[in-house]
Amino acid sequence: MQETKNIERRLFPPMVEGEHTLASVSDKIGDVTLNKKTPFHWFIGFGIAFLIAQMLLFTIVYLVVTGIGIWGNNVPVGWAFDIINFVWWIGIGHAGTLISAILLLLNQKWRTSINRFAEAMTLFAVACAGLFPLLHTGRPWLAYWLFPYPNTMGMWPQFRSPLMWDVFAVSTYATVSLLFWYVGLIPDLATLRDRAKNKYFRLVYGLLSMGWRGSARHWHRYEIAYLLLAGLSTPLVLSVHSIVSLDFSVAQLPGWHATIFPPYFVAGAIFAGFAMVLILCIPLRNWYKMQDFITHRHLVLMGKVMLATGLIVCYGYAMEAFFGWYSANQYEVFMIKNRIWNGPYWWSYWLLILCNGLSIQLLWFKRFRESEFWLFLISIVVSVGMWLERFVIIVTSLHRDFLPSSWAMYSPTVFDWSMFIGTIGFFFTLIYLFVRFLPIISIFEVRTLLPEAQVEHAHEPFSHTEKVNEIQGTEDRA
Amino acid sequence: MAQVFHRSANNIARISILVSIFLAGLAFYVYTQVARSSYLTGRHIEKQQPVQFSHKHHVGDDGIDCRYCHTAVETSYSAGIPPTQTCMNCHSQIWNDSPYLEPVRASFRENKPIEWERVHDLPEYAYFNHSIHVAKGVGCSTCHGQIDNMPAVYQENTLQMEWCLSCHREPEKYIRPKSEIYNMEWNDADLTMDERNQLKADYKIRSSQMLTSCSTCHR
Repeated sequence: MQETKNIERRLFPPMVEGEHTLASVSDKIGDVTLNKKTPFHWFIGFGIAFLIAQMLLFTIVYLVVTGIGIWGNNVPVGWAFDIINFVWWIGIGHAGTLISAILLLLNQKWRTSINRFAEAMTLFAVACAGLFPLLHTGRPWLAYWLFPYPNTMGMWPQFRSPLMWDVFAVSTYATVSLLFWYVGLIPDLATLRDRAKNKYFRLVYGLLSMGWRGSARHWHRYEIAYLLLAGLSTPLVLSVHSIVSLDFSVAQLPGWHATIFPPYFVAGAIFAGFAMVLILCIPLRNWYKMQDFITHRHLVLMGKVMLATGLIVCYGYAMEAFFGWYSANQYEVFMIKNRIWNGPYWWSYWLLILCNGLSIQLLWFKRFRESEFWLFLISIVVSVGMWLERFVIIVTSLHRDFLPSSWAMYSPTVFDWSMFIGTIGFFFTLIYLFVRFLPIISIFEVRTLLPEAQVEHAHEPFSHTEKVNEIQGTEDRA
Repeated sequence: MAQVFHRSANNIARISILVSIFLAGLAFYVYTQVARSSYLTGRHIEKQQPVQFSHKHHVGDDGIDCRYCHTAVETSYSAGIPPTQTCMNCHSQIWNDSPYLEPVRASFRENKPIEWERVHDLPEYAYFNHSIHVAKGVGCSTCHGQIDNMPAVYQENTLQMEWCLSCHREPEKYIRPKSEIYNMEWNDADLTMDERNQLKADYKIRSSQMLTSCSTCHR
């Protein structure tokens, strides 16, 4: 008997470790927000992130007052940090949507303890991403011109432009992600409302939980709404970054004009997103002692997703080079040679291969996959790599124009950097606020994973294994 | 534990959803109206000029042709503002001691132009040329309205881009024979659609794709 149990445990490690009851889960997660003293490291981390966010604020003010000439991009490299960072941030957001929507529909129960902060990450990443195209318009107060409305110019936006599709893709994405995140939060907000002792906290959480009482009817409607939103988000995981990739591939520029772009960008987005989820959840689980909920198994599974998507991205790199050669088009061939070894930015290509291609090969090995340290390190390397990927695609394709007379080098200015680093500060500021004021892990969903929550059937199952199968169901095939 | 909110909060929440949808719709409607209001466009607002010059009197009562003063309208981007000398052609003889005309005489004596207030002010990024519009059969009153009825000239149209495009998209709706360009009484219904289409062909007016190309007006 004991032996079967051990085998089961090895085959299907539990999603929640330790001895937990329904109440202890609420205590453990809710206390971070409500009862525990805000840890000192929170103030340190928040302070640093907030200071860096001020740098972003300064850059934006200077940019609006002066103009986008403070950035380094200029003909022929008309797009640089603005679009690199936009794509980078949007990509990071994708893991959140994948975890919350697709893994939900596929019944992957391990998403339960990471979906909440992954969705928050999505929202904050989209907020950072949106800043770049918004400010690149130069007149952000006129950005509403991008939307089709009966304007006094008697014009619609250019619907044939992928940049226009971007506006719709990203605004839809931001809206659906926000709704999904918020709807998922409602039962937890009600839990916090009921447990909060501070009057104001009760009032705010009470307002936000919109009268949730947890009645059977509430739960019934909640489940339907959540499933519908998951259905709405699922195509977005694929569509948003496909459309972002069309910003490039619709243009007839060697290095951009490739059919592999949409799937290759989507895989890259999920790859980068899981790296960011790991970067966030490894410190979180240690600082807030959440190892019971974000278990080793979660980390290992995320490592595997990173490996799989990383390999798709590497296939993309190989295909880009292959297309260049196979096209037998002198401009394409020149671009590939220039990008890989003949041009001044060859180092960025090889750094990219090192970060995204070679580093993830470590994840084939259990030793690295199961080590928090290595996962964290690889995730950071991958984040850098995914940024370099966009740098390579954009800058190396643009800096050698069709006319040699307009060839030029691109170098970012101090304001390019301060804006990019500033958005990282802004992102972490939001993450810190989220960690402080909202439950970082979905309380009620984790509770459904406990044995206590499993519905007992009226009839006695025939054998123990059948009972195990019944309880675990399909959820454990992850 | 006491409830945080009273039962009535549920109804307030439900009503607030409806109200916010209504307010959002209302705000959008108000925006579309304010953006076209004369407060922003200056349409139908009479401008006070340094001299109480009446187009109604000079054009409507006296029947002076537009081109007598706006001499460059057929040849230049600007219709031209007449020099004081043009005024003095007549006013050295008639009403030559009227106190209303003292600023005109002063301008003539001191050889200093009268500083008229501009009524139709297009933004600098829009290129506009009077001569081509006249040459292709756009009459004065199509854009400026019935000047012969205006004691003080005001802007008849919004001068917004949607207004420009309404004609650039369908010029055949607005053109007239060359002989009627300066006719203030002209009515677009005086010609049938077929006749105006024929005019469009005769004037060799280009396709609306060409007329609505960005660089036609934004050069």
